[in-house]
Amino acid sequence: MAYPSDVKYTKDHEWVRVSGDAAEIGITDFAQQQLGDVVYVELPEVGRTVTAGEAFGSIESVKAVSELFAPMSGEVTAVNELLKTKPETVNADPHGTWMITVRLTNPAEAASLLDVGQYEGLLG
Amino acid sequence: MVPFAGWDMPVEYSGITAEHMAVRTRAGLFDVSHMGEIEIAGKDALAAVQRISSNDASRLAIGQAHYAGLLTPDGTFVDDMLVYRIGTSHFMLVVNASNATKDYAWISEHIKPAGEAACVDSSSRYALIGIQGPASLEVLRPLVNAPLDELKYYWFTHGEVANARALISRTGYTGEDGFEIFVPPNMAVRVWQALLQSGRAADVIPCGLGARDTLRLEASMRLHGQDIDASTSALEADLEWIVGWKKGDFIGRARLAEQKATGVTRKLVGFEMVDRGIARHGYPVVRGGTQIGVVTSGTQTPFLKKAIGMAYVPVDLAPPGTELTIDVRGRSTTARVVSMPFYKRATRA
Repeated sequence: MAYPSDVKYTKDHEWVRVSGDAAEIGITDFAQQQLGDVVYVELPEVGRTVTAGEAFGSIESVKAVSELFAPMSGEVTAVNELLKTKPETVNADPHGTWMITVRLTNPAEAASLLDVGQYEGLLG
Repeated sequence: MVPFAGWDMPVEYSGITAEHMAVRTRAGLFDVSHMGEIEIAGKDALAAVQRISSNDASRLAIGQAHYAGLLTPDGTFVDDMLVYRIGTSHFMLVVNASNATKDYAWISEHIKPAGEAACVDSSSRYALIGIQGPASLEVLRPLVNAPLDELKYYWFTHGEVANARALISRTGYTGEDGFEIFVPPNMAVRVWQALLQSGRAADVIPCGLGARDTLRLEASMRLHGQDIDASTSALEADLEWIVGWKKGDFIGRARLAEQKATGVTRKLVGFEMVDRGIARHGYPVVRGGTQIGVVTSGTQTPFLKKAIGMAYVPVDLAPPGTELTIDVRGRSTTARVVSMPFYKRATRA
């Protein structure tokens, strides 16, 4: 699949869509493929602070559990409630499914993330 | 693909959930050629098998198979296996790939006192293909010249599958009706493709190690290396049904008899998660902040749509309905002991 070019990526296979000081965060198609069938997504509460590079939650598939790392720092403004009942949405539409939205404390952090070309290069 | 006991094996083809559901509702195809085969033959072959196997092989007719433990003198598991009676004095043991070499060494050594019997590691002579699920019979039947319909569960026959000489066994590791087909390795691709072709109408799909694991766990079948090993006895693993008390002596018997008399202190139980989350292999079962047990297998099962698992717990926590506390990555979660198997197929007419 073609990876969207309007978002930034991390080496840990998260994406972040930044607009001003607001950001949506999700995981990439590569990440969902590696995980396989997702059964639980554990997310932080609204109001919590997340820090770039640190875990903000976890995602569990039939075969494995892995942590979710925040691409950028900020305060959680919304959590995708749909994932509580329909976690498989992450498999079906990884780039259309944000997990949390964040009010960024430092939008300049985006500069250190990968653009789509760099991310696709990472996947090889 | 992942490396597994020297084999490259697919974890999944189309996805664990899709493959799991195919086996429960239609049929799935498994390449399990990695399994080891060890044959024991000779005048005293029965005595040899009786000595090393926990189960009573004298109860097997020719053409019949059963599940058994290959036990240490402590009554714990060197491995678990299926014992096939090929002839009066000819048996085949199907063992785990990762243990085949160790098992062969163990068996060669321990059958010596039984008399005239030799064992051969014939693993390289067989590829093994499984077809599992309610549609298995209708998919396999057109390819086979042997009478399959009358073949009972845990019996086998010789015949041809897609014109390849085969041993066809009505067995499996999924809790579903199905067959396991032993063929020469050079016939494996032909048989695999014939089954896929024959299964097209029933939408039969290939299944990997991932679905094999979720299926066997739903059916409460133990996995050696996780649920049973050289530190857990057949009684602790709640497998007394494979202990042939009525036969004579066998390796491990004395220790198991002792355990039966005094009672075991811990037992393998099935559990369902009450709280959200999956308790996986190695997670601690705790009471009052102290670890008192351990999860041996755990997953979210695609068919039952529950998080289930098996754990060793002290016997006072073993009765169904008992609540367990499991440490899931630092979080205290509640699970409930349930009777196994988690899943049992409707019996065939």
